[in-house]
Amino acid sequence: MAEMIPTKERMKREQVAMPEQEAQERIHNFQEVPLGYSSEQAIYEAQRCLQCKNPSCMKGCPAEINIPRFIQKIVEEDFQGAYLEILKTDNLPAITGRVCPQEEQCQKYCVLEKKKKPIAIGRLERFVADWARKNKVHGKLSTNIIKGKKVAIVGSGPAGLTCAADLAKLGYQVTIFEALHKPGGVLVYGIPEFRLPKSIVEYEVKEIENLGVKVVTDIVVGAAISVEELAQEYDAIFLANGAGAPRFMNIPGENLNDVYSANEFLTRSNLMKAYAFPEYDTPIKIGKKAATIGAGNVAMDSARTALRLGAEKSYIIYRRSRKEVPARAEEVHHAEEEGVIFKFLTLPIKVLGDEKGNVIGMECLKMELGEPDESGRRRPIPVPDSNFVIEVDMVIDAIGTSANPIVARSAPGVENNQWGYFIINEETKETTRAGIFAGGDIVRGSATVISAVGDGKRAARSIAKFLSSGGSLKN
Amino acid sequence: MYQIIQKERLNEQIYSMWIEAPQIASVVQPGQFIILMIKEKGERIPLTVADFNRKEGLIRIVFQVVGKTSEELSTLSEGDGLYSFIGPLGKKTEIKNYGTVINVGGGTGIACIHPIARALKEAGNQVISIIGARNKDLLIMEEELKKVSSKLIITTDDGSYGQKGFVTQVLKRLLEEDNSIKKVWAIGPAIMMKVTCETTRPFPVETIVSLNSIMVDGTGMCGSCRVTIGGESKFVCTDGPEFDGQLVDWEEFMNRLIRYQEAEKKSWAIYHKESHHCHCEGRK
Ligand SMILES: Cc1cc2nc3c(=O)[nH]c(=O)nc-3n(C[C@H](O)[C@H](O)[C@H](O)COP(=O)(O)OP(=O)(O)OC[C@H]3O[C@@H](n4cnc5c(N)ncnc54)[C@H](O)[C@@H]3O)c2cc1C
Ligand SMILES: Cc1cc2nc3c(=O)[nH]c(=O)nc-3n(C[C@H](O)[C@H](O)[C@H](O)COP(=O)(O)OP(=O)(O)OC[C@H]3O[C@@H](n4cnc5c(N)ncnc54)[C@H](O)[C@@H]3O)c2cc1C
Ligand code: SF4
Ligand code: SF4
Ligand code: FES
Repeated sequence: MAEMIPTKERMKREQVAMPEQEAQERIHNFQEVPLGYSSEQAIYEAQRCLQCKNPSCMKGCPAEINIPRFIQKIVEEDFQGAYLEILKTDNLPAITGRVCPQEEQCQKYCVLEKKKKPIAIGRLERFVADWARKNKVHGKLSTNIIKGKKVAIVGSGPAGLTCAADLAKLGYQVTIFEALHKPGGVLVYGIPEFRLPKSIVEYEVKEIENLGVKVVTDIVVGAAISVEELAQEYDAIFLANGAGAPRFMNIPGENLNDVYSANEFLTRSNLMKAYAFPEYDTPIKIGKKAATIGAGNVAMDSARTALRLGAEKSYIIYRRSRKEVPARAEEVHHAEEEGVIFKFLTLPIKVLGDEKGNVIGMECLKMELGEPDESGRRRPIPVPDSNFVIEVDMVIDAIGTSANPIVARSAPGVENNQWGYFIINEETKETTRAGIFAGGDIVRGSATVISAVGDGKRAARSIAKFLSSGGSLKN
Repeated sequence: MYQIIQKERLNEQIYSMWIEAPQIASVVQPGQFIILMIKEKGERIPLTVADFNRKEGLIRIVFQVVGKTSEELSTLSEGDGLYSFIGPLGKKTEIKNYGTVINVGGGTGIACIHPIARALKEAGNQVISIIGARNKDLLIMEEELKKVSSKLIITTDDGSYGQKGFVTQVLKRLLEEDNSIKKVWAIGPAIMMKVTCETTRPFPVETIVSLNSIMVDGTGMCGSCRVTIGGESKFVCTDGPEFDGQLVDWEEFMNRLIRYQEAEKKSWAIYHKESHHCHCEGRK
């Protein structure tokens, strides 16, 4: 039975730490780093929640989860109830519970944040979703099938999956078109197994398929079928094709053999499972000294993957200082624990190779910080004549991605901005063509899973409104 | 699953298959390629569309056994299914009436030029095809090429069939004899394309090659396929696969083709050991 803990007692408790795999052990495997709360730990943590009348935490959750309500169910040891509560609005709880930057989202707005011990909302969410998966608890299927109203979704990342699930729950017939052979987007090809096991993504996608959503893989929209053709067959379309084109530094030597984009490196390792080569057929280069350029989450993932694949040294090369590092603090902490070496205020200017095209080093410049730039961060400026060479045999560019034009080119009437991102009405997520909506990274540029989820939800609502008021692309 | 409808062995190392893929067959154009996976644990390999049948929804691939995946593919039979089959990828060939054009094909490149030659001929060009092989037994698709060319010239290195010598020798002679030739397509092994470009360089013709870089997704997402063209880095899968051969950085391109040689050898050796699918047994 629910144990009532006096407020004073709740306030005294500290946040329950997450049990983790030891750093020295985990750099030799691809298993998940955090191990998850036990039931006891989850209940103990849940009991700390003050059950605020005006829960400010919810302001920070684009997935619109009723946070105090699901936490209360944990306190009551009704894990099934907690799961069904989350599932009302979040279709990917085991995923968001793991990869949401909670410190910037829900937890930032928790009243206990002021005391530096916000409720570990993400960890509780993860606990509930993992419990449900292990105990085979499922959500409810829609009963009010709305016949004849069909929606096409391009891309099966978190934006597409969320929009599909929300529409299916309302009774619409949804088909997702995915270019790769597996659904999930960045969740399957980008984020490494040790942060987000692929079996979990597979499971949550299956649950969405069980709502009646059809997922068609191996279809490149813009190549096998155009958005225009989809518009003739479907009543509404949601474009959620992500921002998947890799950026390079455009410095000499960047096409040498052992220079990867983070996308290629991570796709080989995650989607194609090159870490299990030769059981899986896709190979990957395993350098002794790997340099990852950039310091975002993608860079941390790349540097940590390189270590696990057997690199003896894994460097992060960043042109600004530690203070400006854009990656989540937790990711930086994990990377450092595992032995990733950070080289700050360093700008690569040339990749050096031997006559066979192999990387043998990287020439860099020392930087210093000048006046703040538009982004408010101090601008890095090169120190004259500070050239030096870092000895490395593989380089990973993790300096960001941009829009891939394949989908846009096949979508007349759907306008995009100078960077190739679709222009939308922020409220409704509708593009410049009525009946076609867009969200996720293809609208905002590389962002987060939870913002893609939020876009998917809002778009689903607008699409339902569009369809129920008689709208259709077909007429 | 994408079913193998028909399989044929064209020579010692080269196989032809017709695959059921109606969506791709309905829109594919000459010059484009597909990416396939045999099974979930397999790798994604790109193969040019050698032919298509829109009515029956079929795509033809012609591939040479060079490593593990191509060999495993060669062991599949009619009725078997492929795990994944994606396309059409890459830009289509620019088909116009140029006047007289030459198509040079070597190895499986002969299959690749087949739909290109056909489209060029349908567009009104005088199409001369030159196809070559080491010897008579290795030559493929002679009949098919004959049908889609105004003129077909065959070369073998050992002179066992057609003219003795390399395709480039014939090409050079043709270019010397006829200065109205505007455009040459050369598709085959990297070294053959490079040498062809050297042959055509002194002449006022454009030489189009189809690059076969190592790929992962084939949609512009990874950059594995990048190559320097005229000093600029390009993605073969989305900017190509056809490029002006005179602008290709051949050294870089060929270096990048052997990026995974060691791993590939290892995987092929393990495959042989485990499956006993050694090439000689596979022959029925
Ligand atoms: C390595 C890495 C780590 C990250 N870590 C985190 C993290 O820890 N936390 C976090 O919140 N965010 C993280 N992100 C960012 C987050 O993953 C993305 O913001 C999010 O996935 C965007 O979702 P999306 O649905 O818009 O697009 P995506 O996830 O990119 O999905 C788009 C899908 O569309 C498909 N597609 C593209 N073109 C076509 C086409 N022509 N036809 C059909 N399908 C197409 C793609 O194959 C893909 O499956 C990370 C990103 C990367 C790369
Ligand atoms: C756009 C494109 C179109 C292609 N069309 C055809 C085709 O129509 N028929 C055909 O037989 N092959 C074609 N290829 C090449 C084909 O993809 C490779 O032969 C195949 O990936 C080899 O796989 P494997 O596992 O059997 O050999 P691997 O073990 O991967 O490689 C064995 C050997 O082949 C070389 N190799 C590996 N990948 C490639 C590659 N992508 N291109 C060239 N050599 C490679 C390696 O250097 C190695 O020495 C094409 C490639 C591209 C990019
Ligand atoms: S989905 Fe993300 S933002 Fe929402 S409650 Fe869960 S962890 Fe917080
Ligand atoms: S703000 Fe914090 S304490 Fe209050 S309900 Fe939300 S999680 Fe609980
Ligand atoms: S194969 Fe990935 S970008 Fe070309």
